[in-house]
Amino acid sequence: MSATGKVHLPPGQEARRVKGWYGANRYLIWRRSSQVFFLVLFLMGPWFGIWWVKGTLAGSETFRVLPLNDPLILGQMMAAGHWPEATALIGGLIVLVAYALIGGRVYCSWVCPINPVTDAAHWLHDKLGIQKGWQPKRSFRYWLLGTVLVVSTLTGTIAWEVVNPVTMVHRGLIFGMGWVWGMVLAVFVFDLLVARRGWCGHVCPVGAFYSLVGAKSLLRVSALRRGACDDCMDCYAVCPENQVISPALKARGDGSPLILSPNCTNCGRCIDVCSVDVFAFTHRFDHHVETPPKADSQVEPREQTAA
Amino acid sequence: MAAAKPHKVDRRRFLTDSARMAAGCAVAGSLLAYVAREAKALPDQAIRPPGALGEDDFLAACIRCGLCVRDCPYDTLVLADLGQNGPATGTPFFTAREIPCEMCDDIPCVAACPTGALDKSLTDIENAKMGTAVLVDQENCLNFLGLRCDVCYRVCPMIDEAITLEMRHNERSGHHAIFAPTVHADACTGCGICEKKCVLPEAAIKVLPVRLARGAPAEHYRKGWEEKDAKGAPVVEGIIDLPDRLPGPGTDNLAAPGGFEPGLGGVDGSAGGFRPIFQVPGGTGQ
Repeated sequence: MSATGKVHLPPGQEARRVKGWYGANRYLIWRRSSQVFFLVLFLMGPWFGIWWVKGTLAGSETFRVLPLNDPLILGQMMAAGHWPEATALIGGLIVLVAYALIGGRVYCSWVCPINPVTDAAHWLHDKLGIQKGWQPKRSFRYWLLGTVLVVSTLTGTIAWEVVNPVTMVHRGLIFGMGWVWGMVLAVFVFDLLVARRGWCGHVCPVGAFYSLVGAKSLLRVSALRRGACDDCMDCYAVCPENQVISPALKARGDGSPLILSPNCTNCGRCIDVCSVDVFAFTHRFDHHVETPPKADSQVEPREQTAA
Repeated sequence: MAAAKPHKVDRRRFLTDSARMAAGCAVAGSLLAYVAREAKALPDQAIRPPGALGEDDFLAACIRCGLCVRDCPYDTLVLADLGQNGPATGTPFFTAREIPCEMCDDIPCVAACPTGALDKSLTDIENAKMGTAVLVDQENCLNFLGLRCDVCYRVCPMIDEAITLEMRHNERSGHHAIFAPTVHADACTGCGICEKKCVLPEAAIKVLPVRLARGAPAEHYRKGWEEKDAKGAPVVEGIIDLPDRLPGPGTDNLAAPGGFEPGLGGVDGSAGGFRPIFQVPGGTGQ
């Protein structure tokens, strides 16, 4: 280890050598594909006249029968004093159940159109080696979520929708951007210069809401081969919510290897960048830990790094 | 001791952290409330879709999904852009002078709304109240100038109900008529077709939000003639019919209201005249 200088390798490089380019970027590629897929679903109508899906992330209609609605917006609506019609209630319920099962913040990493923006900001942030800047507590977003509901009640409006960059960007791409590019730029600059991982990791009340929705979700990442961990820290470097890793990866004794924090976005990037495949997707009742066949897996990657 | 010390620090830290968060949220919340309230300022030329709740309730109910826009067959409805000096960003509206509402029978925009921001109790588009047309400029309206433009009247989907032509004398020419386009607010849906079709470079008839277009009677006002019709008799019992006063001498005459009596000799030899009430002492009266 001493001579290799492995710690200076950029995150993911070792995984790339061991697992190949695709193996080390699999979930990232799928995730970007998913983000594009959901956007294209909505854009097929206005672009090509194929109206499978109409509307926006705030509310949509698929194949003329399936309503989907953002439950946080419905929550604000009720706080503002309007009880939604059945269509929106059913649409909101479907979304709630789906994210409750697969992980609320799957919305953040696999669907949200702001995620590529903040990911890009973080990529550049790393490249330029900028200080992490203002880091409000991770709990700030829950306070803000509560504030949004209170403001909705006080003003009688769906308050967050007047500033929410998530729905604004999505609506902008589908219906016309106006000044929304300015909003995108603001989020980018905020994450680049003001606060590292600031928007998605500390501020966004939509993400906070979805984390609560998925607090008991079935789909979870497990550090099931944590015995093989060689402390390269790559997972911590790429994880947008890296405070969630330690409880699973560094659990004492037979503590659960599951990443149970609702703030894990199930993005799967940790699975990508781990050269020894510590992490894998599983369900929340799968507590089993694999003990690695000693010698090999611990030594091999380091030798490759040195080579 | 060892156990108590960190506990105490934890509590202090918890309190300061909480206070800091609460203060931060108070600031953020105030800003948000300010922006949310600003967003309630609806410009006058922006007309909400048919069945839209009142603006206050609408902003509590509209999720800005754009489904009404998608189902509008005439591309009348648009979503407000961010930064456009217009309605709350992302909410649907139309500008009558650009594309007015064609008043579809099946009201697809209302059917598309998932939340009830467009009220489904609106089942007959003729009952819609998107706004009220107002003939804002009589000085430029061609009909008021004595011409027979009549376009707003002709294109009105509620012709002869929402807009009628009221004939009156043309004082300028002295021997022509003016056919004044006259809006009847109870029938006008605010579709905006009249504004769209007005032939002037700037429309003389415009659809305004009802709040601007209309006054409102005080709640305690009763129209005597309506009350009388409803009751079938004078509303006040035992009313005394006092004589009417008209110009001219001696008009307080119950026998001949107004004081005119056909039998009396007039000053200029006409068929009647007025009976004097006061006799000038020593004189003969008239």
